[in-house]
Amino acid sequence: MTAATATTVEPVADPGLAVRVRWGISDTLAITRRNLLVWMRVPAYIVFTVVQPVIFVLMFRYVFGGAIHVNVPGGGGYVEFLLPGIIAQTAAFACFGTAIALAQELTKGVIDRLRSMPMARSAVLTGRLLADTGRMLVTVLIVIAVGVAVSFRFHNGAGNAVLMVVLATVFGLAMALIAAFTGLAIGDEEAVQAFGLIWLFPLTFLSSAFVPIQSMPGWLQAFANNQPVTFVVNTMRALALGGPIEADLWKSIAWLAGIFVVFVPLAVRAYKRAS
Amino acid sequence: MQNSSELGIFVEGLTKSFGSVHALRGIDLAVPRGTVLGVLGPNGAGKTTAVRILTTLLLPDSGRALVEGRDVVREAAAVRRLIGLSGQSAAIQEELTGRENLEIIGRLYHLSRAQSRSRAVELLDQFGLGDAANRTAKTYSGGMQRRLDLAASLVGSPKVLFLDEPTTGLDPRSRLGMWDIIRSLVEVGTTLLLTTQYLDEADELADQIVVIDHGLVIAAGTAEELKTQVGGDVLEFTVPDRAQISEAVAAVARIGEGEPHADKETGVVNVGVGGRGSDALIAAVRGLDAAEVRTQGLALRRPSLDDVFLALTGHAAEEDGQADEQRRGIRGWGRGRGGQGGGGQGGGGQGGRGQGGRSGPDGRGRPDARGRANATSSRGAS
Repeated sequence: MTAATATTVEPVADPGLAVRVRWGISDTLAITRRNLLVWMRVPAYIVFTVVQPVIFVLMFRYVFGGAIHVNVPGGGGYVEFLLPGIIAQTAAFACFGTAIALAQELTKGVIDRLRSMPMARSAVLTGRLLADTGRMLVTVLIVIAVGVAVSFRFHNGAGNAVLMVVLATVFGLAMALIAAFTGLAIGDEEAVQAFGLIWLFPLTFLSSAFVPIQSMPGWLQAFANNQPVTFVVNTMRALALGGPIEADLWKSIAWLAGIFVVFVPLAVRAYKRAS
Repeated sequence: MQNSSELGIFVEGLTKSFGSVHALRGIDLAVPRGTVLGVLGPNGAGKTTAVRILTTLLLPDSGRALVEGRDVVREAAAVRRLIGLSGQSAAIQEELTGRENLEIIGRLYHLSRAQSRSRAVELLDQFGLGDAANRTAKTYSGGMQRRLDLAASLVGSPKVLFLDEPTTGLDPRSRLGMWDIIRSLVEVGTTLLLTTQYLDEADELADQIVVIDHGLVIAAGTAEELKTQVGGDVLEFTVPDRAQISEAVAAVARIGEGEPHADKETGVVNVGVGGRGSDALIAAVRGLDAAEVRTQGLALRRPSLDDVFLALTGHAAEEDGQADEQRRGIRGWGRGRGGQGGGGQGGGGQGGRGQGGRSGPDGRGRPDARGRANATSSRGAS
């Protein structure tokens, strides 16, 4: 039993604020690294997160593209209208992974194990969100590459193109935050998955992401015109292709800020209560 | 009352309710440093709730709990630096290798990268997982996953270790391997609180045992003390022909002190015979012979904790667990469905010390057989 005592960790006294902040960061990075490692280890995850949006791009471009007529700045066709929408949808759907992973960790007792350890309690949540945002960013870049391959072009300068990716990322993070809350609050993998479909599908499809809102019936327009995905997609489209930005940008920022203000405390509380 | 500075765990009047369910109704515990407390009780008795409070995962409604003299509510952060927890299900990341799992835990205990690495290797070797270190945990057998989980709880070199039903659902062979490992932890002076539904497990591993039922401690003492409470020896035999059970019970009805107890499924009949051991044995042989009942393994034995539980609660441990779960709809913490009937129970339920597990068929060629052999030999060498 000599082996067991070779590396003994002496419990230390209560650490100061500076040490706690440093630990909080290193804990978050450790959890982020773990989550990314898991993602890269499972081929099915990669296929799901990468191939699925690519299929969406190709399907909408070639199957529905001919039937949907749009006017976009720059005079491009449906593919230019579509791509910002697909990117927003990809960013939003990435949060399925967030909700499911947290529900799984809860069920398996992983979260209990981590909560019984002297690590920063916030790290499980922040590490999860950081890893999932990184994962989402990779997917978004792949979608853009595929878009370019099927003749999508940015018409509004490189700076605005980068801003569009930033907005998509922040939007995806906001969605992941909502998903984290649902995953922790529901705590059952299958229920979380079913619930994800219920709120994500209407939110992304009843928006300006895939078709012009004017083509919808009046009562649907009322919803589609006033929900956050539409504002975010319109802003992204304007950043990518040109056209008026400001009105949609401010509404996007207001919505996203609202989501953070409401769901950060909700997710934290659900994590604290999770058992 | 012992000086509380010598206690690894001290619990006083602890209560916790979930709505109308009173999971804990005021329990007291005192575990001296470096000893093992076995907390024994059926599903839903309150064992897991107690462990969750002691490991800072749950706040008690009232009462006080100290780990190494630190209050689990007011000094939760300090308590977390002193404890290790291994639960009912393996809380490991199956997609990662055994080594990665432990290294990440090490980093979360704020060990340096190099320290995390050496601690991981050390524990993997100690637990017979050295050969499997670079395989993903998904490929591990149930027993290996549990050992990895236990290893993870030791990364921070805890002074007090909580094991919540460490062998539930394991096959008899893995269970014995787990027992060996737990014994070796105690040798290095770790204070251990172990919950279990298995009476032979508490008997085998614990210095002191408390029996919990419906949120209350209903008995406490060493295994021997608890057995003495039942009073005297037990005469036990198996009736291979189940149709003869009632005849067998009638044949031994008058030799015992109480009513004989018969298990219609296993055909095991036992009856408490107090201090009249040999006389009762002879009387039983005559009675059974006269009734022409064929028996196997007729023997006199010291009472097992099964008998203790029966005597204390009026019902067998296992039956109550299931009834309780159905009635109150309580799910175990690990949400392991049907953990109760798991292979871990094996053929050993009724056996006395140790022999229960060992009497089971040994030939289950689990992939972890090699790992276990390693664990044993590395301990032998050190």
